[in-house]
Amino acid sequence: MKKKKLKKYRITLYDIAIVVVFSMLALLTLYPFYNVLIMSLSNTVSVATHTPYLLPYAFDLTGYKTILQDIYFLKALLVSLFVTIVGTTVNMFLSVTGAYVLSKKELIGRKVLLTMILFTMLFSGGLVPTYMIVKGLGLINSIWVLVLPTAISTYYLIIMKNYFLNLPAGLLEAARLDGANEWKILWKVVIPISKPFIATFALFYSVERWNEWYNALLYINEKNLAPLQIYLREILVSLNTQLSTQAQQMISSTQKVSTTAVQMATIIITAVPILCVYPFLQKYFVNGIMVGGLKE
Amino acid sequence: MKKKQENAMDWKKVSKRIRNDWLLYLLIIPVILWYVIFCYLPIAGGLSLSVRNFRFDEGIWTSPFVGLQHFQKMFADRNFMRAAGNTIIISLGRIAFQMPCAVMVAVFLNEIRNAKLKRTFQTVITFPHFISWVVLAGILSNIFGSSGIINQILTTLGMESISPITTASTFRPFIWISNIWKEIGWDSIIYLAAITSIDPGLYEAAEVDGAGRLQRIWHITLPGIKGTIAIMLILAIGQVMTNGSFDQIFNLYSSPVYQVGDTLDTYIFRESFITGGLNYGYSTAIGMFKSIIGVIMITVSNKIVTAIGENGLY
Repeated sequence: MKKKKLKKYRITLYDIAIVVVFSMLALLTLYPFYNVLIMSLSNTVSVATHTPYLLPYAFDLTGYKTILQDIYFLKALLVSLFVTIVGTTVNMFLSVTGAYVLSKKELIGRKVLLTMILFTMLFSGGLVPTYMIVKGLGLINSIWVLVLPTAISTYYLIIMKNYFLNLPAGLLEAARLDGANEWKILWKVVIPISKPFIATFALFYSVERWNEWYNALLYINEKNLAPLQIYLREILVSLNTQLSTQAQQMISSTQKVSTTAVQMATIIITAVPILCVYPFLQKYFVNGIMVGGLKE
Repeated sequence: MKKKQENAMDWKKVSKRIRNDWLLYLLIIPVILWYVIFCYLPIAGGLSLSVRNFRFDEGIWTSPFVGLQHFQKMFADRNFMRAAGNTIIISLGRIAFQMPCAVMVAVFLNEIRNAKLKRTFQTVITFPHFISWVVLAGILSNIFGSSGIINQILTTLGMESISPITTASTFRPFIWISNIWKEIGWDSIIYLAAITSIDPGLYEAAEVDGAGRLQRIWHITLPGIKGTIAIMLILAIGQVMTNGSFDQIFNLYSSPVYQVGDTLDTYIFRESFITGGLNYGYSTAIGMFKSIIGVIMITVSNKIVTAIGENGLY
């Protein structure tokens, strides 16, 4: 028998009440997602008349099949994948190098740079001037417009800088005495010992890139370059004008695709990647990694 | 003479330091370039355009100068006043409802003794934070739509059906509540982190003194996180004009609710790109106005918080 040093708590009504309330909150959080899921799996015509509560109403995959038939969906998926992979890489390169350099107290003008960077969190040029600059760079209807204007998140940059600031100075000093330059120190010492931290930010950035829709709405009016979020917006607003003729034919030929099921299927497909990375994400944010704060 | 020598010395020192750490300076160049191109050029463009009447052939730097005309026009523009009012009301509602909810969730999550259960609840309620408003608007419109589950239940119960997203009187509460739904878990993380840094000895001492659990919350937990609450309050007040509600409102609103739901950000967007008025100078001036008010507010609220003895932001 193990000795139990901990005082054994009596489970009180108070404990039960808290768990009950949080269970209800959790249910309230998840049910809307679940409702969309079962609607996307229901026989599409019935969906229009019977909204399912607990289980799909006459299980049917036509909603998904219709979307997968749509060439614009596949294009949007590719755009989103590209933006997520390439965008996150750019994000991480600039943020890691930038944060590392800004954590160096010997950098001349460091205070001024940090102030200028922080100032952009409070003050922005606004919609039209930003649009004009982006247009001037020739980025309208270019896929790079989904990568470059969002290449740095000041918030993440500052948190990363604070993290690098707290790395054991002795370790870096030792590498320096061995004759390594800053670039080597960054890649051979700093990044390897900060792997979980850096992975967290890569995940946060990739979620942001996947969810990106605003810049696409502003700068892209070419249907072939629309990311998934914009595709979904169009599907939600007006299903029929969005779908390709092939997918439209599918609707008219099967006679049983209602707009709702197709829309719900698109919602699920757009949200699933986030659900997939979520277990990895939550492992880190629960530890309060994002609470680095803006303080020096 | 001496001063000149000193300057020369300093310059020598500086150039030596730069030569020593040249790699650092090389690595920071892309970052500086990015901030110049994507933040400071638009800021300069904004300052310039807000005092000009935009003309396509002239652009943002040389269009005809009109002084502060746009800023004067704002206060006579009923749509602008409406949008400014809505923005402030929506922000204040968030501060009044969402912040206390987040604090409460953190406090009571901390009361759950089973660590696994606590973490599970936290994980579940934080999930919607990572989903875009495009997706969430689709989900909410489905649930609250005319044939959605809410209205089906209401009809079954013999009650009148509702459409909170397109009804002016319910739009703002809908915005507040749906944002609480999305962000409550995320918002509570910072308070939860603050709670874990409270000295456990305080709780033990209170227990010995016979304090109940609610009393401990009131006398130890809440005072222990009041610094964090103060900082979050400054941030929220500083953002009263730019509350980050664009994604949410833009994906949920429609013309029937403009009266109560049109904010400065959505107004600027429509004024610039949808209405077709092409009033770029005017909409830019509104954006500048918003930014300037934001900077003033965050400075003032930070002063107030420091004055009452809490640590401010800077």
